Amino acid sequence: MAPAEQTEEATPQAPERVALTDEAAAVIRRLTQRHGPLMFHQSGGCCDGSSPMCYERGELRTGDSDVLLGQLAVDGVAETVPFWMSASQFAYWSHTHLTVDVVPGRGSGFSLEAPEGVRFLIRSRLLDGSD
Amino acid sequence: MSRYAAPGSDGAVMNYKSRYDHWIGGAYVAPAQGGYFENPTPVTGASFTEIARGTADDVERAIDAAHEAAGPWGRTPAAERAGVLNKIAQRMEEHLEELAVAESWENGKPVRETLAADIPLAIDHFRYFAGALRAQEGSLSEIDEDTVAYHFHEPLGVVAQIIPWNFPILMATWKLAPALAAGNAVVLKPAEQTPASIHFWMSLIADLLPPGVVNIVNGFGAEAGKPLASSARVAKVAFTGETTTGRLIMQYASENLKPVTLELGGKSPNIFFDDVSTADDDFLDKALEGFTMFALNQGEVCTCPSRALIQQGHYRDFLDAGTARTEKIVQGHPLDTETMVGAQASNDQLEKILSYLDIGKQEGARVLTGGARAELGGELEGGYYVQPTILEGNNRMRVFQEEIFGPVVAVTGFSDFADAMETANDTLYGLGAGVWTRDGSTAYRAGRAIQAGRVWTNCYHAYPAHAAFGGYKQSGIGRENHRMMLDHYQQTKNLLVSYSPKKLGFF
Repeated sequence: MAPAEQTEEATPQAPERVALTDEAAAVIRRLTQRHGPLMFHQSGGCCDGSSPMCYERGELRTGDSDVLLGQLAVDGVAETVPFWMSASQFAYWSHTHLTVDVVPGRGSGFSLEAPEGVRFLIRSRLLDGSD
Repeated sequence: MSRYAAPGSDGAVMNYKSRYDHWIGGAYVAPAQGGYFENPTPVTGASFTEIARGTADDVERAIDAAHEAAGPWGRTPAAERAGVLNKIAQRMEEHLEELAVAESWENGKPVRETLAADIPLAIDHFRYFAGALRAQEGSLSEIDEDTVAYHFHEPLGVVAQIIPWNFPILMATWKLAPALAAGNAVVLKPAEQTPASIHFWMSLIADLLPPGVVNIVNGFGAEAGKPLASSARVAKVAFTGETTTGRLIMQYASENLKPVTLELGGKSPNIFFDDVSTADDDFLDKALEGFTMFALNQGEVCTCPSRALIQQGHYRDFLDAGTARTEKIVQGHPLDTETMVGAQASNDQLEKILSYLDIGKQEGARVLTGGARAELGGELEGGYYVQPTILEGNNRMRVFQEEIFGPVVAVTGFSDFADAMETANDTLYGLGAGVWTRDGSTAYRAGRAIQAGRVWTNCYHAYPAHAAFGGYKQSGIGRENHRMMLDHYQQTKNLLVSYSPKKLGFF
């Protein structure tokens, strides 16, 4: 199993696939201060599926069945935040651009932001020729 | 129409306490770090109680209590354990209305549903596993005339259960009943969106269970769920939720070499063959209700029939009738007995559904009805309501591939049997499916061809105990709702016994 840093991105030289809103970046800054370097893994399925899960970097082991969609750079945070998705899910999502946003909420799963009363959320748009 | 008074107001059939601590060892225990979090009702968005914010220390304490209780409970005769489960069922039946209102207020679902489905199903579930335990037998294998292999069922010991928020009491029951029947002690973590109704349930039945047999630790996944799921001192973890957390739980379990059962949702196809519409009769009426089942429980069901596949011969007529049926749905205050669709369980759930309506429209899905947040006004202004929505598109769109967990169905057509099966199986998941046809052969062939653990045939959204429920593909591992779930909470002990006085002759 390759560590995150050594894994190829899904499609080198491909368009940007994932971005952050300013509000989500602010939450990332707070969480990084508390927990250190972070990672995202996009969930699927029941309940809080379709939500991005935010963990301490390396908490969820990624492997050959995952795709690295991008490395999110956040002002004031030394290390970029990798955004992962399972390859099987990526096959159905690859035509869309994802923006990590944050909304008030309770969340679930083991995502780190939930105790703060907020929940990361994906907003999507179609990738087009301009990307 | 009648409306139940809101918990905490005059005339309410039940009231929540203003605060819930952890339930550990048969008593309430304050959180080690002293933190609490607010619990809002999705009906109005206002908080109605506060809940202990558990951490690893609280989890450890609960596991200690469970270990103390597990031995004696596991040695309790099956008849006595079954008796306890039957008494729990009886007590719940005596307090059915209170439990129904409690769950409705916490989750936002219509009380009509909790009165008629959630709580009666939970009651029956305890009775089913009481009966299943009494009827369970070990086995023996006669290896030769002097050698016998005996197979005993033994409890695992202490098990961890992480419960989802869509049916707070029923989903807890699906996990508790088999685990308790099998002789285990449990540490249960309710979802942080719905942490209180299980405490109300416990307040009704606490005297029936020995202390420590069921322990409830509240809190957030990252703070309380993780130490529970990753503990080397639990023998098994059961989880209902989504795929990334499912993977994380399997990862933790692999570190401790412990088993898991997982239920991770789906994107269930509901398939309507042409012959459904050959007569305007009860069956067609039933099929249209089956189509509209996507809105049941606000779509917050792992098996929500959120992809409707309609054969081309009757496509437009059936869809028009299904749209008309959907538009008759009564949405409103969840404690009104006429309300069919209530509130989504949380604000983030509401926001997620709206984000899917957005990408669905961007991808070119046509909105046939609904398509927006429902503004119900008045005291429901701050609640989380979504209009029942029908989207028309194709199976490659993301609204056809992801569990929106809202009252949203994505509709597409199919030409023939092979086309229907290809579309039905073109999904990562395989939890539920629906098949509607007047032809028994078509129903059988479709049911066998669909890669899903449950294929409702000329029905939908029935969840009786005694019918196995669980997933194919990425929808999970294990089968709940059935005697076979006892096996998931038991070890097999084999005694291999020789009755021969003769040595083998090797040494």
